[in-house]
Amino acid sequence: MSPAPHAGDTLRRADRRLGVAMLAPALTYITLLVALPFLLALFLSLTNSSAGSLDFSFVGLQNFRSVISNPVFQRSLRNTFVFTLVSQTVVIVLGNVLARALMKPFFGKSVARFLILMPWAAPISLATLGWLWIYDSTFSVINWLLLVIGWLGPGEWYYWLGDTTLGMIAIITIHVWRMLPFSTVILLAGLTSIPNEVREAAAIDGAGMLARIFQVEIPIMKPILIVALLFGVVFTFTDMSLVYLLTRGGPYNSTHVLASLAFQDGVLGGDVGRGAAVAIFLVPVLVVLAVVMLRASRRAEVI
Amino acid sequence: MVAPSPTRRLVGAVMHRATVLLFIAFAVFPFYWMVVTAFKQNADLYVGATDTTHNPFIFNRAPTLDHLRTLFGQTLYLTWLTNTLLVGVVVVAITLALAVPAGYSLARLSGRWGERLSIGIFLTYLIPSTLLFIPFSRLVSLLGLTNSHWALILIYPTFTVPFCTWLLMAFFKSLPKEIEESAMVDGCSRAGAIGRIVLPLAVPGVLTAVIFALTLVIQEFVYSLTFISSVEKMTVSVGVPVALIRGDVYYWGSLMAACLITSVPIAIVYNFFLDRFIAGFTVGAIK
Repeated sequence: MSPAPHAGDTLRRADRRLGVAMLAPALTYITLLVALPFLLALFLSLTNSSAGSLDFSFVGLQNFRSVISNPVFQRSLRNTFVFTLVSQTVVIVLGNVLARALMKPFFGKSVARFLILMPWAAPISLATLGWLWIYDSTFSVINWLLLVIGWLGPGEWYYWLGDTTLGMIAIITIHVWRMLPFSTVILLAGLTSIPNEVREAAAIDGAGMLARIFQVEIPIMKPILIVALLFGVVFTFTDMSLVYLLTRGGPYNSTHVLASLAFQDGVLGGDVGRGAAVAIFLVPVLVVLAVVMLRASRRAEVI
Repeated sequence: MVAPSPTRRLVGAVMHRATVLLFIAFAVFPFYWMVVTAFKQNADLYVGATDTTHNPFIFNRAPTLDHLRTLFGQTLYLTWLTNTLLVGVVVVAITLALAVPAGYSLARLSGRWGERLSIGIFLTYLIPSTLLFIPFSRLVSLLGLTNSHWALILIYPTFTVPFCTWLLMAFFKSLPKEIEESAMVDGCSRAGAIGRIVLPLAVPGVLTAVIFALTLVIQEFVYSLTFISSVEKMTVSVGVPVALIRGDVYYWGSLMAACLITSVPIAIVYNFFLDRFIAGFTVGAIK
């Protein structure tokens, strides 16, 4: 058989039929259980369905109107953006530093890689439980340290999860802790894919370290940076586990993010229509991300 | 290029080690804390943090196995582990049945429209569980699967199938085309070539898919929290944080032991398969 420029041109008809047959089960499943439920979520947000019964009627945009005017929702929308922007900025910056450090050969590198990877591998709910204990209101080891170094005076105390600002800091810290390994390994893969000759050529041309990073390496790594950032943003923007396990959105619903609020309204509260309406606010951002991904993939053949 | 002076090189090396150590400390601390907590006696554990003379980082009294005994003897931890593995095995089977053929088809048999489809499958990564749990809650109650493992078995492939299809597609693409082609020249049908030649070579790829599908199931929290309400049916990621806390009493020793015992094996497995995992996310972005 001769090598073909495009597989599609030379695929025999029988092969093509086999290809469809092999793809059909997975595609059917994804259509039935991802695409249709996605549409159902849009649909439910326009109804007054509740968990108790399967009856419902259309209420138009009423759910959205009542959701938008709700201060708890506004707060959670703001929290979601703060949470995503802050944690992803920190993760990408630290991830670059760490990936660069891991590129150099050193003694014990494979052990270091294993240890650094652990936060990403641990089941999120269990890792968060570990942090819950670190942030405990009576036994917090962080407070103990702060007392010992004199940051906290006598009588001063941090209630990490009982305070809005501290709560957000705590949540962001854990998320950075968990996402850092993920970004690092992806960025590391990108860095190691840059041929050494490119680096050497840039050095011979007299490029300093910063110029090399910003004018040579980052442009080459752009597709992989986009991949790391994109998944990071998706995982962050849509996460509810951290908030649910750490603060349940408290105190006074001040640390909710969109996803945890949707869970509280739609699942715990049983107001399915309202929960769906809250969750729908995730969609515009996801669509933007999808478009960015597709454009990047077309330009740089990411996919 | 001017070679850096020995002092500068030394300073650089020290800074580099210090950076790595700092990151390791940040990554590992919660796990260290789990270890310390899991083996400390209660009298050593529950000393308020206001007591600056009591160093919480070390064992001030002899370590104990009490918390482990409690975890295995008096809680449902083992039941939750069994539930998780049970669900995991069925989900893995479904995932392989759907993703292996789909991955091969996208890699070899689908030409240009396949490329678009594979991007579409990739994009289903972006639809999060926190958006889908609401429609799924309708679906699950409609099918009468509330509080049943079957709900999880039905839903978990929504993330394992796209992920594994993608992973396997990358794997099949990495196999040289000539191996099937030469088999087919020798009179084998395409299906025969897949069964006899390709699948045996694909064992490492399939194994990776199995491992990742299984770890994704163990890690999953949102759906399990939404659809399983009886304590004895919970999976480990929900049972430990939700049901191991009785009232307001936290058994931190047993809790941390459970977190540690569940997390460390997954971390080890991840480390082994890391390169394939990266490939799953970055196919094509690295040439």
